[in-house]
Amino acid sequence: MAQLVFGYFAGVIAVAAVLVVALRNPVYSVLSLLVMFFHVAGLYITLHAEFLAAVQIIVYAGAILVLYLFVLMLLNSKQDDRYHRQWQMAVILCCPLFLELMVLFAGVDPGATDPLAAAPMNSGEDNTRAIGLTLFSTYLFPFEVASLILLVAMIGAIMLAKRDIGRQGA
Amino acid sequence: MSELGLRLTLSLIQIAVVVAIIIVTVLILTLAERKILGWMQDRMGPMEVGPYGILQPFADAIKLFFKEDIVPAGANKLLFTVAPLLALIPAFIGFAVIPWGPDWTLEINGIVYKPFVISDINIGILYILAFASIGAYGIILGGWASNSKYSLLGGLRSAAQVISYELNVGLAIIGVIILAGSLSLVKITNAQSGWFWHWYLFALPVPQIVAFVVYVISAVAETNRVPFDLPEAESELVAGFFTEYSGLRFAFFYLAEYANMILVSCIAAAMFLGGWNAPYPGTILDRLGLPSLAWIEHTMWFAAKTYFFLFLFFWLRATLPRLRYDQLMRFGWKVMLPIALANIVITSIAVYLFPNA
Repeated sequence: MAQLVFGYFAGVIAVAAVLVVALRNPVYSVLSLLVMFFHVAGLYITLHAEFLAAVQIIVYAGAILVLYLFVLMLLNSKQDDRYHRQWQMAVILCCPLFLELMVLFAGVDPGATDPLAAAPMNSGEDNTRAIGLTLFSTYLFPFEVASLILLVAMIGAIMLAKRDIGRQGA
Repeated sequence: MSELGLRLTLSLIQIAVVVAIIIVTVLILTLAERKILGWMQDRMGPMEVGPYGILQPFADAIKLFFKEDIVPAGANKLLFTVAPLLALIPAFIGFAVIPWGPDWTLEINGIVYKPFVISDINIGILYILAFASIGAYGIILGGWASNSKYSLLGGLRSAAQVISYELNVGLAIIGVIILAGSLSLVKITNAQSGWFWHWYLFALPVPQIVAFVVYVISAVAETNRVPFDLPEAESELVAGFFTEYSGLRFAFFYLAEYANMILVSCIAAAMFLGGWNAPYPGTILDRLGLPSLAWIEHTMWFAAKTYFFLFLFFWLRATLPRLRYDQLMRFGWKVMLPIALANIVITSIAVYLFPNA
C-alpha cells in the first residue's frame, strides 16, 4: 500500500515536472507546477511530516506560484518558444546525470535497512513541535543566517523598485 | 464490512451532512443578504416568490440551472471550465477540520470516531490556510481565461488583494496558536471551555482582541466582500473576474464566495469565541439531566456565533463605501501587518513571562 502511494506521487511529480518545461503555453506550465507542488506535499504526508506539507502548499503554491501567474498575466504572452530549441543541449546534459543515477543505484547495498523504518515515528503534535525545537536549537545559526539573507534580498528588491520614485521626489 | 469500508462510510456520511448544511446555509444567506440589506435601507427586499419572498433562493437556483452556458469567443475553454472548480473546491475542503460540536467520541464495531468533526488532523488551521491560498487560482485563471480586459483586471486585482490579506489572516491567528500551543482546531476549542472570559478574545494573559479585529477586517478583504470588493467593482470593472461567466459556472463562483464567508466565520468562532462552548460552564441541558442532548446546545452556540459573523458581513456591506485600490493596499501592508506582527511579539513575551496564567 505504502509502495503504491509512493509510486503514484513520484510518478505524477516526474510527469508534471517534465510538463512544466515541455508545455508551450506558460499558463499551463504554471498549472503543472501547481499539480507537482501538491504531490510533493502528498509525499510529505506519507512521511508523517504534515507541517512541512502545509507549509509547502502555503509558501510555494499559495504565494510564489501566484506571483508567477501574476507576472505571466501582466506580460500576457500566450506562447513562448524561446527555450524550446535547447533540447539537444538538454539531452547531452542529461546523459551524465542518468549514468550517475545508475551508478548510485548499482551501489545500493541490498542488506541495508530502510532509514525511515529505523527512525522513530513521531506522529501527532510532535511533528510541528520537533521542527520548531530543531530550528531554534541545533540549527539556530543557519536559520538566522537564512533569515538575514532573505531580509537583504527583500530590502534589495524594494530599493530596486523604488529607485525611480525616489529620483522624481529629489 | 471491513474496517476500512466502515470508516469510509462513516466519513462519507459526515461529509454529505456537512456539505448539505453548507449549501442550505448558502441558500439562507442569499435571501438573508437581500432581506437585511433591504431592511437596513428601508426597503422590503424580495417579496414576490413565496410568502415574504422566502422561496427566492430556490427561484434563483432554478434560474441559474437553466441559463444558457456561454463561453466567450477567444476564451481558453479548458481553463474557463476549470477556474470555477478551482474556486469552489478549496472553499468547501476547509470545512473538514471545523469542529461543529463537542469533542465526543463514538465507538462503532471497535472503530473510534468523532461525530462532530470530519477529520481532527493536528495541523488543522494550517490545512485551512493552505487551501484558502489555493482559492486565488480560480479567480485569477477565471479572469485570464475569459479573454476580456475587465475580467483580467478584476482577476489581477483580486490576486494582489487575496495574497496581501491572507498574510494578515495567518499572522492574526498566530497569537491564538501561541496561547493554545496547538494547531488543531479541536484542541484550540477545547482549551476555551468554561466561562466566556476563557475565550481567546478575552483570555489572560493577553486578550487577543486586537488580533480579532485584524482577523475580521482581513477576512472581509480576503473574501472580496464590501468594502473590499474591488475585484468586482461595478463602476470600474463591470463584474470583475466573472463578467463573462453565466449559468452554472457563475453559480460555482457565487457558491464559492458564500462558502468562503461561512468558512472564515467558522474559523473566527472556533478560534476567538470558544467555538461550540457556551458562554457559561457546561450546558443547560446537562444540568436538566439530559446529557445525551447537550450536543444540540453546543452546536447551536457554534451556529449562533457563526451567524453573528455572517450578519456582520451584511452589516458592513450596508454601511461602508468601497475603498480605492491604493488605499486598500496601503491599509493592508502599512497598518494591518505591523499591528498583527506587534500582537505576535507581545503575546509571545506575555506567554513567556506568565506561562501558567
